[in-house]
Amino acid sequence: MNAFAGRMEGRQGVTGSYLEIRDLVKSYDGYQQAVRGISLAIAKGEFVSFLGPSGSGKTTTLMMVAGFEQPTAGRIVLGGREIAPVPPHKRNIGMVFQNYALFPHMTAAENVGFPLRMRKRPAAEITRRSREALAMVGLADFAGRQPRELSGGQQQRVALARALVFEPDVLLLDEPLGALDKNLREHMQVEIKRIHRELGITTIYVTHDQTEAMTMSDRIAVFSQGVVEQFAAPLDVYLRPATRFVGGFVGDSNFFEASGRTGMLEVAGLGTLSLPQAPVSASGRYDVLVRPEAIGLWRGSGDRAGHCVVPFTVTALVNYGDSVLLIGSSGDLSLRARIPFMLATDIREGTALSLSWRHADMHCIPA
Amino acid sequence: MTQGTGIMMQQRAGRRTTWLLLLPVLVFLAVFFLVPLGQVLYFSVMDPTFTLHHYLAFFTDDFYWRVLFGTFRTTAIVTAFSLLLSYPLSYAIVRLGGGFATAMLLIVAMSFWTSFLVRTFAWMVILGNNGPLRAILATMGWTPPPELLFTRFSSTLAMVHLLVPFMVLALYSVMKKIDYTLVRAAISLGATPFEAFRRVFLPLSAPGIVNGCTLVFIMCLGFYVTPVLLGSPREQMIAGLIGTQIEEFLEFGEASATAVILLCVTMTVFAIYNRFVGLDKLWG
Repeated sequence: MNAFAGRMEGRQGVTGSYLEIRDLVKSYDGYQQAVRGISLAIAKGEFVSFLGPSGSGKTTTLMMVAGFEQPTAGRIVLGGREIAPVPPHKRNIGMVFQNYALFPHMTAAENVGFPLRMRKRPAAEITRRSREALAMVGLADFAGRQPRELSGGQQQRVALARALVFEPDVLLLDEPLGALDKNLREHMQVEIKRIHRELGITTIYVTHDQTEAMTMSDRIAVFSQGVVEQFAAPLDVYLRPATRFVGGFVGDSNFFEASGRTGMLEVAGLGTLSLPQAPVSASGRYDVLVRPEAIGLWRGSGDRAGHCVVPFTVTALVNYGDSVLLIGSSGDLSLRARIPFMLATDIREGTALSLSWRHADMHCIPA
Repeated sequence: MTQGTGIMMQQRAGRRTTWLLLLPVLVFLAVFFLVPLGQVLYFSVMDPTFTLHHYLAFFTDDFYWRVLFGTFRTTAIVTAFSLLLSYPLSYAIVRLGGGFATAMLLIVAMSFWTSFLVRTFAWMVILGNNGPLRAILATMGWTPPPELLFTRFSSTLAMVHLLVPFMVLALYSVMKKIDYTLVRAAISLGATPFEAFRRVFLPLSAPGIVNGCTLVFIMCLGFYVTPVLLGSPREQMIAGLIGTQIEEFLEFGEASATAVILLCVTMTVFAIYNRFVGLDKLWG
């Protein structure tokens, strides 16, 4: 841990909600709402992702936290202080922009020193802290380079160092890895997580990449059409999506239509099932989610206790190398199953086989 | 024939076509630009045999120095005012965009397309003794209203008006390429909006300022029509002086020498620009 990380560490410790967004609404034309009443409570030091398709309101929400958009209604409270009326340059929030937004007429060190210069720190302190921040992102030897002389990943690191050097209360990242290629992106994900761990800074990470959100976050807020559909830990979002949208957006999915009776579910194409996780007082319509990777080949015959077993005809295969996605149908049901490559070597288009999955892997979402 | 020589022949043929296409414009430039220019050079040193006394006359006469200095001063003032007026306008066009930008760019382009002469005459009407501006000043209690026409004020005003479109387009072409996220980034890092402008937007728009000023400066140095028609006859600019030397005194030698000096001054400005920026960037 370098000197910079050491200084930031003393700042964490308080638990409970640190950044609170309450009933936030944003409308550009006074008629349509880009953000329709969002409430989130983020703890100090937490790493939260805003995940959603473009136009879902995640970037607009971020911009309101940063201060570049004014909320139409609602409150943003940071460390017990209402910040909606505070102009962006006084919010002490670090931000990394999608295209890095490095100043092209300044060197890497000058870029990183900029927020300190704006805070009128003494020259010696600016030099020292800029150097520390650059060292933290592994660019100590690149201080004198112009941004155009740096690779995309290096520019991203400079942008990160610049957003952290003034010890902001919150770090905002707006799709920071979108422009990088896959390997570099994974490398930067690890890097950002390491820095987050070292500094313990409250972080909001905007992305449309569900893998990124899954691997990096303490919690994910899934955005759709201006509302947060679910705000929960990655595994909860994945295994127990709150809405059909979340189930469909995060990961691959099979959905069955179902109607509930007390303790039982009537699932289209599968018959009546008694599921332990089915809502007890269930009488209504449900979407039942089964992840393709929860489905396996079943070479046995007849029923299987605690499992669904269905006949299946393969219509297409997608080979991912480590696994194979089988696309096909079971009667009227369309199904997708993802099985290990080694088990699928003899499967072709048109192959008829049996699939099965555990009742416990079926997740009920009120429709 | 090997493949290599075939490609070389093709390249040679391609080069020949390029030269053929260039030929008309080269001939045109040679006949109507280089030959007259050579003549001017010739007249400036032959009277009737080789002599440098036209140049000596220019550099030893206070009057010529005053004209040269006056021309520079006027040009500097015109350039400065063009910049002061054009910068906020270009900034507003880039920042506001939409209908405002379209309307403003159309107005700029229209004044671009209207002849200098027409606009100069328009100023003669506006600033004239019985013109609207003096009438307005009179109703505001400035009696008698000041003489506006045939002063340094009138020619400077008109030249600023004529050259603002060049400045606006030079600034606009650079400003519209500036990523405004950079200004937002500066603000998010703690810069006040003004500091963000001063430290980020202004330096990034500097190429537009340099281009616009060079363009306006050079055009203004050689301006003829406007200072002659609107300006004070006692404070000629150098192009006007050349006109007078020819029309009134038939001093072709001196006029030619003055023209060559003006050309050298202009070339010097170009050379400085080329040294620090590069000529190919002048038109954006």
